[in-house]
Amino acid sequence: MIQSMVHVLLALISAPLLQGVINRVKAFFGGRRGQPLLQPYFDMIRLLRKGAVYGNTTTWIFRISSLAAAAGPAAILALLPLGRVPAMLSFNGDMIVLVYMLAAVRFLMVLGAMDTGSSFEGMGASREVLLAALSEVAFMLCLAALAAAAGSFSLSGVYREMDTFGPVSVMSATVLLILLLSENCRIPVDDPRTHLELTMIHEVMVLDHCGIDLCLIQYGSALKLWVFSALFSGICFPFAGRSLWADLLAGLAGVFATAVVTGVIESTMARIRMKRLPEMLSLASVLALTAFLWEILV
Amino acid sequence: MIQILLLASLGITALGAAACSMPFLKGRVAPLIGGYSAAAAGGAALLAAILVLVNGGQACFSSVWQLPFASFSLKLDQLSAFFVIPVSLVCGLAGIYGTGYMADEGNSTGGRLSWTWFLLLMGSMITVIAASNGILFLVAWETMTVSSFFLVTRYHEKGEVRRAGWIYLTASHIGTALILVLFAFPGAAATGSGTLVHPACSHGLFFLLALVGFGTKAGIVPLHVWLPQAHPAAPSHVSAVMSGVMIKTGVYGLLRMLTCLGSPEQWPIWWGWVMIGSGAVSALYGILNALGQRDIKRILAYSSVENMGIVFIGLGVWMTGASTGNALMSSLGLAGALLHVWNHSIFKSLLFLGAGSVAKASGTRDIELTGGLLGRMGRTGLAFFTGSAAIIGLPPLNGFTGEFLIYWGAFSAVYGDNGFHASVSGLLAITALALAGGLAMICFTRLFGTVFLGSPRSENAGKACETVGSMYIPMMILAVLCLAGGLLAHLVVGFLPGVSIASGTPEVLGRIALVSLALPAGMLLAGALRKILLSGRSTTTSDTWGCGYILPGSRMQYTASSFSLPALLLFRGFVSLRLTTRSNGEYFPNGLSLKSGLRDSFMHRLYEPLFRSLHRLSGWFSGMQHGRNQLYVLYMAAVLLILLLWELGV
Amino acid sequence: MNGLAEILIMLLMLTNFRLLGSSRLPACISTVAFQAVLLGAITLTTAGWRLSPWVIILTASTLAVKGVLLPALLRKAVRDVGISREIQPFVGFGTSVLLGAVLLSVCFIISRPFLDSAASEQSRMLIPGAMFTIMSGMFIIITRKKALTQVLGYLAMENGIYAFGTSLAVEAPFLVEIGMLLDVFVAVFVMGIVIYRINQEFDHMDTHKLTELRD
Repeated sequence: MIQSMVHVLLALISAPLLQGVINRVKAFFGGRRGQPLLQPYFDMIRLLRKGAVYGNTTTWIFRISSLAAAAGPAAILALLPLGRVPAMLSFNGDMIVLVYMLAAVRFLMVLGAMDTGSSFEGMGASREVLLAALSEVAFMLCLAALAAAAGSFSLSGVYREMDTFGPVSVMSATVLLILLLSENCRIPVDDPRTHLELTMIHEVMVLDHCGIDLCLIQYGSALKLWVFSALFSGICFPFAGRSLWADLLAGLAGVFATAVVTGVIESTMARIRMKRLPEMLSLASVLALTAFLWEILV
Repeated sequence: MIQILLLASLGITALGAAACSMPFLKGRVAPLIGGYSAAAAGGAALLAAILVLVNGGQACFSSVWQLPFASFSLKLDQLSAFFVIPVSLVCGLAGIYGTGYMADEGNSTGGRLSWTWFLLLMGSMITVIAASNGILFLVAWETMTVSSFFLVTRYHEKGEVRRAGWIYLTASHIGTALILVLFAFPGAAATGSGTLVHPACSHGLFFLLALVGFGTKAGIVPLHVWLPQAHPAAPSHVSAVMSGVMIKTGVYGLLRMLTCLGSPEQWPIWWGWVMIGSGAVSALYGILNALGQRDIKRILAYSSVENMGIVFIGLGVWMTGASTGNALMSSLGLAGALLHVWNHSIFKSLLFLGAGSVAKASGTRDIELTGGLLGRMGRTGLAFFTGSAAIIGLPPLNGFTGEFLIYWGAFSAVYGDNGFHASVSGLLAITALALAGGLAMICFTRLFGTVFLGSPRSENAGKACETVGSMYIPMMILAVLCLAGGLLAHLVVGFLPGVSIASGTPEVLGRIALVSLALPAGMLLAGALRKILLSGRSTTTSDTWGCGYILPGSRMQYTASSFSLPALLLFRGFVSLRLTTRSNGEYFPNGLSLKSGLRDSFMHRLYEPLFRSLHRLSGWFSGMQHGRNQLYVLYMAAVLLILLLWELGV
Repeated sequence: MNGLAEILIMLLMLTNFRLLGSSRLPACISTVAFQAVLLGAITLTTAGWRLSPWVIILTASTLAVKGVLLPALLRKAVRDVGISREIQPFVGFGTSVLLGAVLLSVCFIISRPFLDSAASEQSRMLIPGAMFTIMSGMFIIITRKKALTQVLGYLAMENGIYAFGTSLAVEAPFLVEIGMLLDVFVAVFVMGIVIYRINQEFDHMDTHKLTELRD
C-alpha cells in the first residue's frame, strides 16, 4: 500500500523527467549534448509565471479543457500498477475505467480545440479522434488478451501474474509500445517538435492555449507518458523481486528504460505518412487479436 | 393503489386526447392542455412503476372486453414496470417541452390535433408495456403505430415528410404482420406470458420471427431504414419520444416473447451469436452513417440505431452466457443491456430536445449552417454537452455504467477460462463495443463542436437566442438525471428485473463512481490554482491565431464534413460514400466544388429495388382494376357459383 | 526451448501479415525468405535438436533453396522487369490485413479439435500457424494482379504445407522431400523466365490483362 502511494508521488513529481530523458537520448543520436534533463520543469515554471490570453470565440469549454488535461492522467495514476506493485485503487474492471478516463480527457481537449474556431485546431481534432477510435480497439483487445493470460480483470492482478515471456506477452508489449507512441504523439505517429500544421496531430490541438493552461497541458501529457510507460514496462521488463520495495525500484527503472527506448525509436525512425497511420493502428489491433486467440487456444 | 395510479394515467391521456380534438379549443390552450396532461399522466405512471419495482411485487387489473380471446387486462410486473419508467418520464418531459416548442402552432388544426395523437401515443405505449392479453397488446401496438404516423406527418406539406411517413408506416406494418404471426402460436395469445409446448425446431422459428418483428420497431440493421427518415421529419418532442422510448417497446416485446420459451439455459447457442452479430452490425453501421449526415436529427437517429445495437450486444452476451453455463457473463450482459435501455432513453431524448431547441433558435437543422451557439444558448448548450458526454459513455455520467457492465460480461467470458464459444463471443462483443465507442466519440465531438462551438456560420445562427423556460427546463432535468444515473448506478442495479446480481457488482460500480469523481475534483483543484495564479496578472482576449491570414472568418473553420471525412474514407467499404467534384474549365478552373454525402446502403441496394420490382409485379394485376362495376358484379357472381357448386355438388 | 519454439511460430504467423499488407515486392520477397529461415529453425527446435544427418541435410537444403536461391532468382526478376510495387490489387492492402485477421481466427477455430495430435508439445500452435500460412498464400494468389506476387503467394503456400507436415510429424521419405524441393525450384525457375518473357512481350506483368488472350 505504501509502495503504491510512493509510486503515485514519484510519478507526480518526476513525470516531466521522462520527457527530459527522451530529449537527451534524441540529442545523443544527433551528436549534440542536448538540453538539461530538467528542462521540461524549467519550461513549466516559466509558463506558470505568465498571464492569459483567450480567443474571442472561446467559451467555458476551452477554459476547462486544459484543467481536464492535467487532472485526468493524475486521477488515472491511482489505478496504475507499476510492475508487481499494485495500484492505489484496484477493483474488477479498473482497466476499462482507465481507457474511458483517457477518452474523457480527449473529449474535452478535442472540444477545446474546436472552440477556437480555427481550421488548424479542427484539423488536429479530426485526426486525433480518428486515431483514438482505432487505438481504442487495439487497447481493448490487448487488455482482453492480458486479462485472459492472467485470469484477472484488474490491472494490478494482471501485472502481478505476468512475469514470464511468451508469445502473448511479446505481442502485448508490442501493441502497448505502438499505443504509447500513438497516444503520446511520438515519432512515428506525430512529431512533438514540429509546428507545421500539415504534420501535427496533437500539437496543433493546443495551438491556442498559452501560459498556465499550456503548462497544465504539458504536465498532463508528461503524466500520460508515465502511464503508458508503466503499462509497457510492466509487460516488457517483468521482475519479481523479494520485496515490494525491490519491485518498486525495478518498476521505476523499467519506466525510465522505456523512455530511453522511446528516444531510440524516435531517433531512428521517420514519421509515417498520415495515410498509413490507420494501417499501423489496425496492425496493432491485429497483433492484439492474435495474442488473444493464442491465449485462449493454448 | 398502484392500479389506481396506472388507470389514472391512462385515463388522463384519454381525456386529454379527447379534449385536444375539440374544434372549439382556443389556440393558446391546446398545447398547455396537451403538455400538462402528458406530464400528469407521466407522473402517475412513473409513481406506479417505481412502487412496483421497489416493492418487488406486481399489480394486475382486469376487465371484460367484448372481443373473442380478448380482455382488458393490465399487469405491471418487474419487467413492465422497468419499461414504464422511461416511457412515462420521457413522455412527460417531452410534453412540457412541447408546450414551448409548439406554442405558436396551437392555432392551427394540425397543431391542436398533434396533441391528441401525442397523448394517444403515450397512452398506447404504456398499454403495450402493461398489457397482459395478446389482443390488447396488438391493438395498443397498432394504435402506437398509427398515432406516431400522424405525428411524423405533422408537416405533411413537405414532400420529404410525406415520403418519410409512408416508409415508416410500411416498415411498421411489416413488423406488425410478423408479430401477428407470432401471436398465432397457441399459448401466446391467451396470456401473453404463457409457456409454449412446441417442439424445439419451431422455437428457433419463434425466436427469429420475434427478432425480425420486434427488431423492426427497435431499429436493427437491416430493418432500420425507417428510423433515419421518420425521426427527422417529426417535431422534436415527438422525435424524442420515438427515439427515446418507442424503439424500446421493440426490446420489451422481444424480451416478453422470450419469456415464453423457457429458461435461458435451454436456448441454443446460435441465438446468442445471432443477437451479438446483429447488434455488432447495427452498432457499427449506425455510427458510421451518423458520421456522414448534415441533418442534426438524422445524426441522432442513426446514433439510436447504434445504441440499439449495443443493447442487442448486451442481450447476446446474456444469451451466450446462459447457454454456456456462465452465470456471471449472463447476468452482467442482461444487466448492462437493461441499464443501457434506461440510460439511452434519458440521454437520447435530451439530445433530441436540444436538437429541437437548436433548430428553432437558428431556423435550420443543417449543422453546417450553425455554430457558436454555446455563447448564445448557454443552458441548452450545457444540457446538450452533458448528453453528448453521456452518449459517448464517459464517466461519471450514466452512459458508462451500462456499457461497463456489458464489457464486464464479455471480459468475464475471457478471463474466467470459460470455454471457447463464450470467449469468442466475448471477443466479438468487445471489438464491436470498442470500435463503436471510438466512432461515437468522433460523431458527437463533430456534432457538438460544429453546432455549439466556434463562430456562427450563417446569419441566423448569429442571431440565435436562448429558448423559453418550458424548453430548457426539461433538458436540465434530464441532464441532472444523466449525472445521477452515473453516480448512483450501484443503487439502481439491484432493481433490474430478471437479473441476479453477483455480490461484488454494486461495490465495483460505487468505486467507479468515486474514481470518476476524481476527474472533476482534480479539475476544480487545478482551476482554483489557476485562478490564484492569475489573480494579479492580465487576462485578455484576442483573435484566434490564423497563421497571419488577414481575413479570418467563420468560413475558415473546419466544417463538419471535413471532420469526419478521414474516418468515412477509411471505412468506405461499409458505407455508400458519394464524393462528387465539379469544376468549370479543364486546366484553370475558377470554380471548384466538392460534394460529399452518404446514402443508406440498405435502402439503396435492398429495399428500393425490392419495392420497385414489387411495384412492377403488381402492375401486372392492374388489368383487373378496370373500374367497370358490371364486371365486378360478374366476379362476385362467378365466385358465388363456384362456392355453391363446391359445397352442394361435389 | 519451449518458449523459443512458440516465439518462432508466432513470428511465422506475423510474417504472413507482412506479406498481406506490403505493396513493395522486395519486402515481400525477403518476407518469404525469412519464412523459410523460420521454418528451418522451427524444424530444428521441435526435433529437440536430434541431429540426425538427414534432418541436417534436409534443413540445410531447404534453407539454401527457399531461403537464398529462390529469393535471389526473384530479386533478379524484379530488377530485370523493373517493377517493384504491386499497385491496386483486387482487395486493398488494409482490407487484406483485416481479412487475414479473420482467416487467422478461422484457422484457430477449426484447428481446435486436432491440436492434441501434434507431434510434440512445442509444435501445437504450428498447426493453426501452418494453416494460416497456406490460406494467406492462397489469398495472395487470388487477390493480387502481378505475376511475381502470385509466385510469392505460391511459395508461401509451399512453406505452409511444409510447416503443416512438420507439425504433424509426417515422416516423408527422404526422396519425397527432395523431390518436392526440386519441384518448387523448377516451378519458380520456369515462372521467373516466363515472367521475364511476358514483360518483354507485353511490357507489363499484369495477369489480369492477360485474360484477353483467351479465345
